[in-house]
Amino acid sequence: MAYDKFTTLISTAVPLPTENVDTDQIIPARFLKATEREGFGDNLFRDWRYDVEGNPKKDFVLNNPTYSGKILVAGKNFGSGSSREHAVWAIYDYGFRCVVSSFFADIFKNNCLNIGVLPVTVSPEFADKLLAAIEADPSTEIEVSLPDQKITLLSTGESESFDINGYKKDNMENGFDDIDYLLNMSSEIDAFVANR
Amino acid sequence: MEKKTLFDKIWDSHVVKSVPSGPDVFFIDKHFIHEVTSPVAFLNLEKRGIGVKYPERTIATPDHNVPTVDQDKTIKDQLSRMQVEKLRENCKKYGIELHDLGSAHHGIVHVIGPELGVTQPGMTIVCGDSHTSTHGAFGAIAFGIGTSEVEMVLATQCIMQSKAKKMRISVDGELGKGVTSKDIILYIISKISAAGATGYFVEYAGSAIQSLSMEARMTICNMSIEMGARGGLIAPDETTFNYLKGKQYAPKGEEWDKAVAYWKTLKTDEGATFDKEYHFDAADIEPMITYGTNPGMGIKVVGTIPSTEGLEGSNKTSFLKSLDYMGFEPGEPVKGKQVDYVFVGSCTNGRIEDIRSVAQFVKGHKKADNITAWIVPGSREVEKMAHEEGLVKILEEAGFELRQPGCSACLAMNDDKIPAGKYAVSTSNRNFEGRQGPGARTMLASPLTVAAVAITGKITDPREVF
Ligand code: SF4
Repeated sequence: MAYDKFTTLISTAVPLPTENVDTDQIIPARFLKATEREGFGDNLFRDWRYDVEGNPKKDFVLNNPTYSGKILVAGKNFGSGSSREHAVWAIYDYGFRCVVSSFFADIFKNNCLNIGVLPVTVSPEFADKLLAAIEADPSTEIEVSLPDQKITLLSTGESESFDINGYKKDNMENGFDDIDYLLNMSSEIDAFVANR
Repeated sequence: MEKKTLFDKIWDSHVVKSVPSGPDVFFIDKHFIHEVTSPVAFLNLEKRGIGVKYPERTIATPDHNVPTVDQDKTIKDQLSRMQVEKLRENCKKYGIELHDLGSAHHGIVHVIGPELGVTQPGMTIVCGDSHTSTHGAFGAIAFGIGTSEVEMVLATQCIMQSKAKKMRISVDGELGKGVTSKDIILYIISKISAAGATGYFVEYAGSAIQSLSMEARMTICNMSIEMGARGGLIAPDETTFNYLKGKQYAPKGEEWDKAVAYWKTLKTDEGATFDKEYHFDAADIEPMITYGTNPGMGIKVVGTIPSTEGLEGSNKTSFLKSLDYMGFEPGEPVKGKQVDYVFVGSCTNGRIEDIRSVAQFVKGHKKADNITAWIVPGSREVEKMAHEEGLVKILEEAGFELRQPGCSACLAMNDDKIPAGKYAVSTSNRNFEGRQGPGARTMLASPLTVAAVAITGKITDPREVF
């Protein structure tokens, strides 16, 4: 479905430096049983966030009130594994609008773009810089500008530009999605099928 | 003439339109759906007030969430039941072919597609499941998609995708005794890492790959996603054609001849270039097993877990976190470690050849007392053959428990869970934390290694037992 427009986001961030965070960690399979899209945020990182009795684990970052914000700064190779879009729904439903990492898994990145969560790929050095800054001062703000394709650590002014293809950028800025685009192509698709 | 890879040939012939500075509008020949990733897609179609454009191009089966006992009864878990009922409802409403629980071709979506002959060379195939890459074994472009894309395919038979980069992985030479296609793929992933093929579509080539059966090829393509690849594919050949001939949905008569003539053109042109190439020697590959929590963390069964030497920063922390979860120490051997469960099943190794090879190995033996052994056939057809060939009897005599088809303990959405802290050696494809149940410790291996573990009760090289 069409989603919120994304232009510029200024927010504090939550650090999660673990590498190879797979979608089974983001949302374990046993929580995929819903037939609607809402409510997945409660189980985001479920098994890292709660113990078996359902008590919050103190050492997990989402249970640490020091950190909050709409940006998740994650370790390398984030979102590997299953194609479950539920992983992004959970991230969105929890309140994140942007995920930053030095490396994303393919399908995860696509899924993000399809529902309006912005995946920002930065250099490993810049990722480390962001993590260090947030950990040193949790009130550190980060600015993510989609029009300028730029991410800035506001406390120091250091910034880096990021890539996104023009079509996806346009979609995100306007809150359009691929289905809107494809539905408008119906006759071209019919012609393609007829010619095969 | 322009030299093209197999991937180029199939991709280029399915592009309806290239969006300037954007992705391609990519046409999908066949679409598989299951109960977990489709309900929201159908819900959104309804919200938009649109229908399914080409219902005959979609095929459905409930697999992820279904119980593997009493499949003829009402599903006890309320949420699972709702998902399965939604799937039935949606298939009925939109006229989509459903292979329901208990029907002759029910099973894991990636097992029944090939079995029915729906999967064919040259096709584009998607499913809301990352192991859709399995179908690439037939020389098809097959990959997993998210639910938004499931909705796109239902609504328009297209998705918006940028063409992936191209990688070729060649494995030449002869495989040693006790070495299977599962070992090949675990070996490759251990060499290039769990993210080593991200952004690529992989073609597997070389004499060792060509010598494999269709089922063994499927095991390899299945795990392409475990090194981050969008998908993997293998050029179709006589093995492919022989497998497909006579299958329910395979072309017949004159159509068959025409199809085979076309399929024979589906190979990488001599001199076509790849963005990246790897070469491996089959003789270097031995039975493999994983020791950590991503599929790149694999070693020889007779090998030792790497030490932390050379690792620093978050690399080292992540490595130690993984070993801590598994209860292992850096630098120690895995051979001889006690195991609690073995699981034979999943879309990686739940086909009839896998069950045959386990049965052949355990025949006349008994499983060790400390082992709980589950065999879950990938489909009803596999289950039926296993009965007819007397394999079930052999396995039951050895102390294995046979369950009904489904994804089962591969992702533990149903009751088939490995308890926290227990070790499972599994023929499935993912060893992520909690994948087989909260706290479960999974080690991935081939069906032969799993058979050896079942008999000895500990991590064992199959070549030493049988
Ligand atoms: S068997 Fe496992 S990997 Fe295969 S489709 Fe089912 S859950 Fe996915």
